[in-house]
Amino acid sequence: MLWELFIAFLKIGFSSFGGGYAAITLIQYEVESHNWMSIPEFQEIVALAGMAPGPIATNSATLIGYHIGGISGAVISTLGVVFPSFFIIVIIATFLSRIHHNQWVKSSFYGLRPIIASLIAYAAIHFGFMGKSAPLLDWSTLATLVICAGALFGIIKYKMHPVTIIVASGLAGIILF
Amino acid sequence: MPTTTNRLQILLQLFWTFFRIGPATFGGGYAMIPLIERETVTKRKWIDKQEMSDLISIAGSAPGGVGVNASAFIGHRLGGIGGAIAAIIGITLPTFLIVFILSFFYVQFGDNPKLEAALKGIHGAIIALILIAAYKMAKSSVFDKTTVTIALSALAVLLLTEINPIIAIVSGLFIGIILVRIKMLLGIKVFTEKQPRRSKEEIVYPEYYI
Repeated sequence: MLWELFIAFLKIGFSSFGGGYAAITLIQYEVESHNWMSIPEFQEIVALAGMAPGPIATNSATLIGYHIGGISGAVISTLGVVFPSFFIIVIIATFLSRIHHNQWVKSSFYGLRPIIASLIAYAAIHFGFMGKSAPLLDWSTLATLVICAGALFGIIKYKMHPVTIIVASGLAGIILF
Repeated sequence: MPTTTNRLQILLQLFWTFFRIGPATFGGGYAMIPLIERETVTKRKWIDKQEMSDLISIAGSAPGGVGVNASAFIGHRLGGIGGAIAAIIGITLPTFLIVFILSFFYVQFGDNPKLEAALKGIHGAIIALILIAAYKMAKSSVFDKTTVTIALSALAVLLLTEINPIIAIVSGLFIGIILVRIKMLLGIKVFTEKQPRRSKEEIVYPEYYI
């Protein structure tokens, strides 16, 4: 079990180009294919991860690890998701500190970055509205959409800080649900 | 060659510097960068501004969180592999402990209807944060016909099939190389990055939160 957790988060760490929000899709894929938890549980855990300071991918790893394997699960998953950063950065720093000016690297990022953009957009849909059983448009979906729209408005129009948004939406959740 | 005490001191300093940055960074990796810059460039003078700017661009494009990557980089620069480990532990440990305490409470009170309702609300906010991250990523990476096509087809494949997202990511790396090759063979001028409109050089932080 611990080994599976470690390998899953290692894979996520190595492929999480574009950071946390792109990684949510990867994490959800692993969680679903291992049947580690139900989708509503997963959504709750990612919400919890967004509440805490620090990167959302690392936080989710810790929470999922704890959920599956207790304290050692949390430690193992966090190590798994952070180790690739360490490994890749040490290699780049040692051998190829000018790597981001390399033409091959630039070419591959030309193809990769639009895919990351799609992956993040997909995360919003998949993470946001999976696990909804019919009827598609019930009260809880509607309330989620309202909060989402409100949060978008606050961030774009008033440049509100993510923490303010998180706290406000938590309160809105208590009122609406 | 630094003495052993000196080395230990550097490792401790690295650990402590990044340890203090971690808990202050709600909003994820990119929220950490200005703090990391203030600590390591302005206050401690470990690296200079130009290096910092290079380092952030590498840290942002390598897999993993940009905050963790940047700390690993600075740690490695100052103290080799040990330094990288000290910096990563420093930046990860505080949030790990906070999340750990959170998950403890979650297990205790997760069934509380008020808490469940609050988490559902936050779920809505996170969808908004993800959408904004997607928009900002698209703004900087989808800028010509080719990238529009790649982005739309990737989205379609992700939505319609059960493909492992890792496969999408790996194919993106190869698609980029192949397409640039083809365009070069056809004699089409390719820009692999969006051309900046700015003329003066400055450190630009990507705006999206990760």
